[in-house]
Amino acid sequence: MRMLAAMSGGVDSAVAAARAVDAGHDVTGVHLALSRSPESDRTGARGCCTLEDARDARRAADVLGIPFYVWDLAERFETEVIEQFVESYAAGRTPNPCVRCNERIKFAAVLDRALALGFDAVVTGHHARLDPDGTLRRSVDPAKDQSYVLGTLRPEQLTAARFPLGDSTKAQVRREAAERGLAVADKPDSHDICFISSGDTGGWLRQRIGSRPGPIVDSRTGQTLGEHDGTFAFTVGQRRGLRLGQPAPDGRPRYVLDISPVTSTVTVGSADELDIRRLVADRAVWPHEGTVSCQAQVRAHGGVVAAQAEARGDELVVTLAAPVRGTAAGQAVVLYDGDRVLGGGHIRATAG
Amino acid sequence: MTYLDHAATTPMRPEALAAYAAVLADTGNASSLHASGRRARRIVEESRETLAGVLGARPSDVVFTGGGTEGDNLALKGLYWARRRVEPARRRVLVSAVEHRAVLDTVQWLGAEQGAEVELLDVDAAGTVHPDTLAAAIERDPAAVALVSVMWANSEVGTVEPVAELAAVAHRHGVPFHTDAVQAFGQIPVTVGEDGPDAITVSAHKIGGPVGVGALVVRRGLVLEPLTHGGGQERDIRSGTLNTAGAAAFAAAASTACAQAPRESVRLAALRDRLVRRVQEKVPGAVLNGAGLSGSQRLPGNTHLTFPGCEGDSLLMLLDARGIECSTGSACSAGVARPSHVLLAMGASEEHARGSLRFSLGHTSCAADVEALVEAIGPVVERASRAGALAGMTGV
Repeated sequence: MRMLAAMSGGVDSAVAAARAVDAGHDVTGVHLALSRSPESDRTGARGCCTLEDARDARRAADVLGIPFYVWDLAERFETEVIEQFVESYAAGRTPNPCVRCNERIKFAAVLDRALALGFDAVVTGHHARLDPDGTLRRSVDPAKDQSYVLGTLRPEQLTAARFPLGDSTKAQVRREAAERGLAVADKPDSHDICFISSGDTGGWLRQRIGSRPGPIVDSRTGQTLGEHDGTFAFTVGQRRGLRLGQPAPDGRPRYVLDISPVTSTVTVGSADELDIRRLVADRAVWPHEGTVSCQAQVRAHGGVVAAQAEARGDELVVTLAAPVRGTAAGQAVVLYDGDRVLGGGHIRATAG
Repeated sequence: MTYLDHAATTPMRPEALAAYAAVLADTGNASSLHASGRRARRIVEESRETLAGVLGARPSDVVFTGGGTEGDNLALKGLYWARRRVEPARRRVLVSAVEHRAVLDTVQWLGAEQGAEVELLDVDAAGTVHPDTLAAAIERDPAAVALVSVMWANSEVGTVEPVAELAAVAHRHGVPFHTDAVQAFGQIPVTVGEDGPDAITVSAHKIGGPVGVGALVVRRGLVLEPLTHGGGQERDIRSGTLNTAGAAAFAAAASTACAQAPRESVRLAALRDRLVRRVQEKVPGAVLNGAGLSGSQRLPGNTHLTFPGCEGDSLLMLLDARGIECSTGSACSAGVARPSHVLLAMGASEEHARGSLRFSLGHTSCAADVEALVEAIGPVVERASRAGALAGMTGV
């Protein structure tokens, strides 16, 4: 098969490409340039898409002996991922840009272009398994499993995807990279949001959106407890950084319960008020009938909770057997049966 | 493999390779006073004389450099600094909008860091700078002009600029004129002439010599500040141990290329015309960018085509997979193809610019290369336009 290997410059995608080569495929490496003004060097584990990452990807492709190109998707990434991220925060939601990037860039723009150019499949270094029947499953390495950020992909997006790393742990991948002579074998994992290299999401959003002051209000009394300079600095479930100055009457910590960008109000309250037992997801991928017993995951690397899911039109209604805390609109919910991904969607509303 | 990227670099000529290898095997610093040093010095000076001969310059005008980019940097910064030292009011730097980045980035640095007022000279749809455009630009404030630089031939679309006329315009105002002749040298006659350019950049690897050597031809009397300080080996303008083997190979390549040029330019132009005709037979929508094929306004080895509705980097990748090597011709940063500033300056739309490819011919090109491209281009364009449609390219 003619395969396009998306190579970030990291160890995972390099080994994924190597395995595709070993399997006898005709592999071409592509580095996605997602930043309009890439920084020249990587700073620690933050960010990606620096010129250094592009060089690392090129070196890995050289070692594998495959052709290598850079595809400029910066404009597409800006509009589809970054702008949407900002808008979403400004609207009081907590988006997951990696989910979005997989939905709109890697398994949309890149995949479509690859197929149009005559490739049969796109190989990535995601830690997830894809069965021949199209079933997405968790990686064998629970700590590195990335099925959550792939869980909202439509079946046709997964049809031409290949994840050669799903049967390996990260440690195995690193060892294999070293054995193959890939210099990225001990390159640190990337964390955080790739386009916010400082790691300071609040500060980055403040620069983008500007200051929008408003009150911090107690959920029970309605009393104004403090001021903030922008709702975007908060996410539901957040405890730190509220700087309220006065303790709650019961002396227990307070959490962000709700964010209302229209009135620029942040509502805080006690932990038990964060409990979510029901959520509604839109843009759902849910090829199942009736009520399905499953397990729900609402954040990357989060735990799972038993749930019942049922489609209602294009939406998915999920009832949780036990409450989860601090789940915000904008996050993805992915539903599993054991290690099998059943489907997922984007949380639109939550209820206690 | 079909190599259609001679403007990027061209295979070393056998004469150059032989000279290079022979001198590399020998020891000697051309600045040493003993016999080995004298032997090396003799090779350098003979090479200088050979180059001076083909360029119509005096041997003492030829300053060896590390290549084209260094030559451009030395000419532009060196001239700007030297001029301002004598006349601080001379801050205007006039260059064409279609220069190579070795010129554009250098003058932009002079603008950002050294107080230069950089003005880009407009070009017409073929990429030509008209002498009137230069005259009008100078006349806005002649006493403030430090220097003018316009390339001899464009690196992307191959347009040959009216260098003699442009130099004459600059000289009328007492302004020194530099030209980057990296693409022109060896293909068409490049000579200093009576009233021609005051400084000419040339490079060895574009004419069948090795990478890492070039020359700046500096007319006698023109003062340049050096970029590098040290032993002052080259007229105190350029320091660094002389690249004896490089100079010998450069001279060998220049002498062969220039001797063959009258015949070779006719052969390459015919091959080029055939390439354009045959590709347009297969892809009727393909548009030739730059000057027309007839006349001498276009380098004989240059073809630059836009395939509407396609992205250049898709085309490049698909051709590469079929063993055909060409270029999107545009400046690269991190390997990302940006729309060519040359095509944009010529008035092309961003989409038109992004859909272009440069096929450049050279001394090893033959009819089979053209046929290989013609064979592949139809299916490649068909696939690339499918991908282009996804990227929102309209093809109009």
